[in-house]
Amino acid sequence: MPVLLQVENLRTQFYTSAGTVRAVDGISYTVNEGETVGIVGESGCGKSVGALSILRLIPDPPGKIASGSIRFQGRDILAMSDEELRNLRGAQISMVFQEPMTSLNPVLTIGLQLCETMELHLKLTPEQARSRATELLGMVGISEPERRLQQYPHHLSGGMRQRVMIALALSCNPKLIIADEPTTALDVTIQAQILELMKDLTKRLGVALIIITHNLGVVARYADRVYVMYAGKIIEGGSASDIYHRPLHPYTLGLLRSVPRMDRPRGNRLIPIDGQPPDLTREIEGCAYRPRCSFAVARCEHEVPPLDSVGGGHTSACFEKARLQGLLKEAS
Amino acid sequence: MKAEAIAVSVPADIEAELAAARLPFFKAFGKWVRNQPLGAVSAVGVIFMILVAVLAPLIAPHDPVEAHYEAMAAAPSIEYWLGTDQFGRDLLSRVIWGARTALFIGFTSAILGATIGLVLGVTSAYFGGWFDLLFQRVMDVFLAFPLIIMALAVVAIFGTGPENVIIAITIPFVPRCARVVRSNALAIREIPYIDAARALGYGHLRIILRHMAPNCMAPYLIMLTTFLGQAILLEASLSYLGLGVQEPVAAWGLMLQGGAEEYAESAPWIAIFPGLAITLAVFAFNLFGDSVRDTLDPKLRAR
Repeated sequence: MPVLLQVENLRTQFYTSAGTVRAVDGISYTVNEGETVGIVGESGCGKSVGALSILRLIPDPPGKIASGSIRFQGRDILAMSDEELRNLRGAQISMVFQEPMTSLNPVLTIGLQLCETMELHLKLTPEQARSRATELLGMVGISEPERRLQQYPHHLSGGMRQRVMIALALSCNPKLIIADEPTTALDVTIQAQILELMKDLTKRLGVALIIITHNLGVVARYADRVYVMYAGKIIEGGSASDIYHRPLHPYTLGLLRSVPRMDRPRGNRLIPIDGQPPDLTREIEGCAYRPRCSFAVARCEHEVPPLDSVGGGHTSACFEKARLQGLLKEAS
Repeated sequence: MKAEAIAVSVPADIEAELAAARLPFFKAFGKWVRNQPLGAVSAVGVIFMILVAVLAPLIAPHDPVEAHYEAMAAAPSIEYWLGTDQFGRDLLSRVIWGARTALFIGFTSAILGATIGLVLGVTSAYFGGWFDLLFQRVMDVFLAFPLIIMALAVVAIFGTGPENVIIAITIPFVPRCARVVRSNALAIREIPYIDAARALGYGHLRIILRHMAPNCMAPYLIMLTTFLGQAILLEASLSYLGLGVQEPVAAWGLMLQGGAEEYAESAPWIAIFPGLAITLAVFAFNLFGDSVRDTLDPKLRAR
């Protein structure tokens, strides 16, 4: 499938009084057309900043995209003028945010917010926009769409608002939707509904999707490919089943062992990852995960392990991946 | 799973709940009157004044500028209810026409000042950074001058006359409103729906006017009602000082000047009635402004 989005060596930094925070420190990945890509990592690992950088939504100051390139359908987003960028946002690439309770404007009706985007980007007349808005609300599973259009966000529940956000994201037929923790603020039953809905709609409409989450279960089920981030870097990437069943980085392994799994016998102990993620204001020497890693060797202290391929599109940034591979074989 | 299969069903009683939340107008109004008795009284006063101003040509018993030489500085009587001034002009008619001048200038400058302040305040908060810093320092310079001094300076530059009085009163209002609105808009800027609006490709102007400004309506309305009373007082002060509306237009501040001072002992009504009109108008508008603030500001409402 043709490449839709190509992020190369992206660095996003925040210049604060406490020093420069290297929130995203040289990440590279690609998203193909119609593909669902998951980006996983714990809080503060740079996954959201990386996503916001794609649309250049990083508040500047204090943030800045320091280097790298982001190519969308071959065009460099970082070189775009403000006007080109406005025509890209919402129309070609749209976003679904984490907080459905606050990502809709409380003083405007649902209909107004849906129609405004389509009138702006698709140049629809108010009547056309209205009928398409009704259709979209039906598509995301909201009952009585006609009446909902006249309601304000506070009339809707969190799950329904997130459906509205998805409708809004889909409204201008984008090529790519970036969902930044789309289900974190929802309760578990609604989470599954929203994820099913997003997967179903993106597959049906051929829209590529980037799901950013800290929930490995989410990506295992809904993503085609997964990238794991730690301390602003991608430390492992591969197909969802590679990451889930054959992790080749101690951090991914640690994450997997610290969450309960339905596919393993009950009674298995959950093993937490000790320690704290590193302070990103300081220059990190060697592997960022080394202080918390049980596989660390002397080399890890001074050399940054490169993100190497282990075959089949699976990459890992660990010097000890051969040892991990051996252990996995033994276990199975 | 299909999208249709997981459609959200709406509880049947949601409609009833919504209806209960939306009180009928009269019930809501009754509740407001009970919570804000002073506000209700002042609202009656404000509405009365607006009616008087609008209907001035119909209800004024005499021409406000016509001199009755047979009754100069006459005491209140059946013919001239509030008496006449030193030129024999009917005071009641002049007070009624004066309401028109006061409210026209008051409303125009308050609305202009608050609206310009709203847009500037939101813009300043939206862009932030050095723009906000610079803009706020300019506002500080304006705020350093007391209201009346600032208005005096503006009149000194532009000259007198109703339009210039409006400009003179509007200019000092702008930074006051801009500052209050800015602090509110700073909080709104951080709410994700503004990020969402940017992610949808909306331009700056659209975000400022359509997405942020309507969220600043509470401080805007509070400032607007506060400005109304101040504007009426300022207009009267400027007119009294001879820098506002000019004779022979009927204006309350103007009526306190000249004859009113000379005849203070022999014909005190010349000064009393316009003074009373100014007092009541400012009192009513300020009380009304206070009750609007109490109603709109959730932090004060809790008390």
